Amino acid sequence: MDINVKRDGRRSIVEVVGDIDLYSSPALRETVLDLFRKRGQKNVIVNLSNVDYIDSSGVASLVEGLQEAGKRSARFMLVGLQEGPRRVLELTLLLNVFEIHSTEEDALQA
Amino acid sequence: MTPNLQTRGGNGADSRALPHLLGNEPIIAVRGLEVAYGNRYVLRGVDLDVYPGETMVILGASGSGKSTLLRHIEGLGKPSSGTIMVKGVDICSASRKELKNVRRAMGVSFQSAAMFNSMTVGDNVALPLREHTNLAESTIRLMTKMKLQQVGLSGVEDLYPSQLSGGMRKRASVARALAMDPEILLFDEPSAGLDPIIAAGIDELILHLKKAFKMTIVIVTHEMQSAFLIADRMCMLYQGEILAVGTVDEIRNHRHPHIRRFVDRAANRFDKSDHSYLTGFES
Repeated sequence: MDINVKRDGRRSIVEVVGDIDLYSSPALRETVLDLFRKRGQKNVIVNLSNVDYIDSSGVASLVEGLQEAGKRSARFMLVGLQEGPRRVLELTLLLNVFEIHSTEEDALQA
Repeated sequence: MTPNLQTRGGNGADSRALPHLLGNEPIIAVRGLEVAYGNRYVLRGVDLDVYPGETMVILGASGSGKSTLLRHIEGLGKPSSGTIMVKGVDICSASRKELKNVRRAMGVSFQSAAMFNSMTVGDNVALPLREHTNLAESTIRLMTKMKLQQVGLSGVEDLYPSQLSGGMRKRASVARALAMDPEILLFDEPSAGLDPIIAAGIDELILHLKKAFKMTIVIVTHEMQSAFLIADRMCMLYQGEILAVGTVDEIRNHRHPHIRRFVDRAANRFDKSDHSYLTGFES
């Protein structure tokens, strides 16, 4: 899994490429939490358009991002959700918990 | 690989893989498995394919070898001969590292639930994650809650196993088996010792897991009602050999006398005139 972060002021886009699983999810978690805790970001958008698989550790990492955003009155959004990850979020009853947009542009305008 | 066609006992039933699984490689392929303890053979020449996403129920009377077969699929036994390929790795000859990797793909729910009574339910579920991953503790706690929610046990993570009912303990053991997001879930007698209502709840849970996560599930049981409900295909073991492998309807309508007795829940006939145990006494 590769992670690329684009920062623009207090807004960041985290692009993830590859599977998010037990081995790769800690890196995603650390990236997202650092953006809130160390960089003071107010908007973090995670782009999952190149992620076909996410396991429950990946979902838990996203939930931690959401919780951290909540503590700081910041926003945490997901974009480009593919069928597999969408299904996992549905099954874990978390699909409606996240703010989800189709594209980065949609998320930026929201 | 050609799907298996092992039907013995001859009613012409076709035990090939289900149509939607044709063309897939089996995720579990057992070939010529023999397990013997001294001179006593528990399994003799067992061949079995399990395809990704299917639920295979292994049926058989007590002592037929079904739990032994499951234990060997888990990699917990050394067979006398034969191979067991799981995800392309022969677990009978695999290195410890290979075996560890294969086991990560498998979740096991034991007959007895096998919870650690000195640990909370949450700690029991989290145990494989703490043992086998480097996930942060906060991630593990969240995952534990998610797994317990998936088996209908939200909010019990701080309780101890002794504070749960038998059915809840079984569900908690399934949550632990799910902890690592396994591709293959193995159940040994999931309904054993449970009342019919709780057993039906476990069946529902298995159906939910199958539908929701498209898991490959292997279940050992002798509960026919449950087996017919949850199976895609069934394998009937008798005295260590496979009598038949087939779909639910194929097994339900099979004409082999032992399978008929099993399906019809008919008792074995005993020879009441057999007094051979009296031989050897002086009159």
